Amino acid sequence: MAVGMSENKKDHAALADEFNKDEPRVDWHDQTLWWIRQKRDKAAHQVPDWELLRDTASGIKDNVLSNLSGYLQQFETAAIANGVTVHWAADAMEHNEIILSILRKQGVGQMVKSKSMLTEECHLNEFLHKNGVEVVDTDLGERVVQLAGEPPSHIVLPCIHKKKEEIGEIFHEHLGTPAGNADPQFLTHAARLHLREKFLTRRVALTGVNFAVAETGEFVVCTNEGNADMGAHLADVHIACMGIEKLIPQRRHLGVFLRLLTRSATGQPITTYSSHFRRPRPGQEMHIVLVDNGRSTHLGRKDFRSSLKCIRCAACFNTCPVYRRSGGHSYHTAVAGPIGSILSPNLDMKKYADLPFASTLCGSCSNVCPVKIDIHEQLYKWRQVIVQEGYAPVGKKVAMQAMNWVLSHPAVYHTAGRTGRWVMAHVPFTVNNGLNAWYKQRDMPPPPATSFGEWYKKNRRGHE
Amino acid sequence: MRVGLFIPCYVDQFYPQVGIATLRLLEKFGCEVVYPPGQTCCGQPMANSGFGHLTQGCNDLFIKNFSSFDYIVAPSGSCVLHIKEHLHGEDDGAAAKIRGKIYELVEFLTDVLKVRQLDAEFPHKVGLHQSCHGQRGLKLAQMSELMEPPFSKPESLLKLVKGIELVELDRKDECCGFGGTFCVTEEAVSVKMGKDRVADHLHHGAEYITAADMSCLMHLEGILHRQKSKIQIKHIAEILNGGGDERK
Repeated sequence: MAVGMSENKKDHAALADEFNKDEPRVDWHDQTLWWIRQKRDKAAHQVPDWELLRDTASGIKDNVLSNLSGYLQQFETAAIANGVTVHWAADAMEHNEIILSILRKQGVGQMVKSKSMLTEECHLNEFLHKNGVEVVDTDLGERVVQLAGEPPSHIVLPCIHKKKEEIGEIFHEHLGTPAGNADPQFLTHAARLHLREKFLTRRVALTGVNFAVAETGEFVVCTNEGNADMGAHLADVHIACMGIEKLIPQRRHLGVFLRLLTRSATGQPITTYSSHFRRPRPGQEMHIVLVDNGRSTHLGRKDFRSSLKCIRCAACFNTCPVYRRSGGHSYHTAVAGPIGSILSPNLDMKKYADLPFASTLCGSCSNVCPVKIDIHEQLYKWRQVIVQEGYAPVGKKVAMQAMNWVLSHPAVYHTAGRTGRWVMAHVPFTVNNGLNAWYKQRDMPPPPATSFGEWYKKNRRGHE
Repeated sequence: MRVGLFIPCYVDQFYPQVGIATLRLLEKFGCEVVYPPGQTCCGQPMANSGFGHLTQGCNDLFIKNFSSFDYIVAPSGSCVLHIKEHLHGEDDGAAAKIRGKIYELVEFLTDVLKVRQLDAEFPHKVGLHQSCHGQRGLKLAQMSELMEPPFSKPESLLKLVKGIELVELDRKDECCGFGGTFCVTEEAVSVKMGKDRVADHLHHGAEYITAADMSCLMHLEGILHRQKSKIQIKHIAEILNGGGDERK
């Protein structure tokens, strides 16, 4: 019953099934992320007008999306006036080429990079690696997964799927820490020494962008480790990459978003470093790369455009009962979780046809979203689009047509029901052939002697 | 007050006692209740699987069966939410009327009948499972994600039942993992979610798990039965109607 499975690629259900083979690990993963959800709740409770703040943020982002081209031009003009070089990239390939050309011009083959999910989306590291450039991710969690040769499993907590003992092993293998040492403080110190050397020797630093202010041409980068600052301040060249949806109109709007972002993400009142970059310091080059990569197409999808309001806090990941029990890698995309499941089909509907189905539509994601994206409603709507565009498996289509036929014909339905119950009572092993995944770990109720409809006919005929 | 009783397909087929309890409960409060015999399903199983475009047959049938009533009541938040959000017809006026007068049982008892006392007794420790579509969709109770004042319509009704002891849960509104066809297409996660919900109720000493949605309870019962657990399930209609065996 796998949905949208493409050749040789496992879909979410199959990957989640593998993840669930180790149940204690699922429990650990679930509890770790639930703890973060609880921290988020506590932090949000301390803001008297939390819901008003969400409404405000949502409204500001709606305004941005409705006036995006104007704000982009305003931002570009201001940034150029600030002495920044602005690049426009239509897609991931153009983005990657732009970065490579800047590196080539500098004649360097090495770069430090702080957290940027956009560069994950564009597969920048692989591209640069193929072109002989070594990238060092300086966010600790990202460095861990980079050393392990894995993609991040979470957009805020990239190595949340790794236990500290596993991180100890990775550091032992790559950084030469003593075998068996899994003390977080010790490992962090080892990473700091390792990264410090990179910061001091790299001439180009790439950062992401959390918010870009149209009125001033400045941008804000939020990190807890100060690694973006360390990279940008020590390098001769600072490249900042951003999706075109990262804009906010004015500087004063930052207050709304900075209050929401980290409370939603980790339950902290604010990120440790909220760094504002406006113009290059004397002698430094600063580049901003504005990336579309499917975003204008997405903006044109009426039912789905509001997902571009996302500020990448990952609150929807942490609250999602499916994400917590399937792990980020089961989504096989750069941005996992509920928001990834509504963003990814825009990039490749066939490849990500399974993701909108990796949800119970419980709605918790929409409730925690700081910019009020109706995530679960978009999951439902993507399902309709994916089926209508022909990406549903044939078996499922046939089953649904049959179900529809029975349910549209009361006389057939009542016969099917009686037969079904008779079968359940007398021939248990033949029941629900197509749906027997139910029975792997669950039973069905004992069959009742009559349906409600039959009972009613017998007992309340007078009413009819 | 003429009430059309909508009994969702799986309740009709597997849990007739829930339909009977709903009917008797509504009659106790003076409603004239009619069950249109030609009804089948709200169409949600197909729509949630992405086949909403196939549900017009179900929609037309629903409109035909239920247009003539003052109210339509069903013991399922999920099915009611589906009708409210997705029922459409050629004559959309008729569909719109239905969308406006269909109620889930708990909200009908609370908001329309304004039930403030009940003649029911259920001397057991009960865990209330907040079914997502009822809670987050129909807003039967405040949601833990929102920073808003708490309330719970199902809990308020259950507190009118003599002898009942409601247990506190660690995660008071986490999804059970049923999710319609999700329960088979994503079997591993669905079952794990169900096992975790069951464990929360067990940990807090519940003898019964109740909910306003039978689909969640069917899933949880399937897991409980496989685990040979002593915990039983009861739809909220059964408890509010007295807790006895409705088929007798």
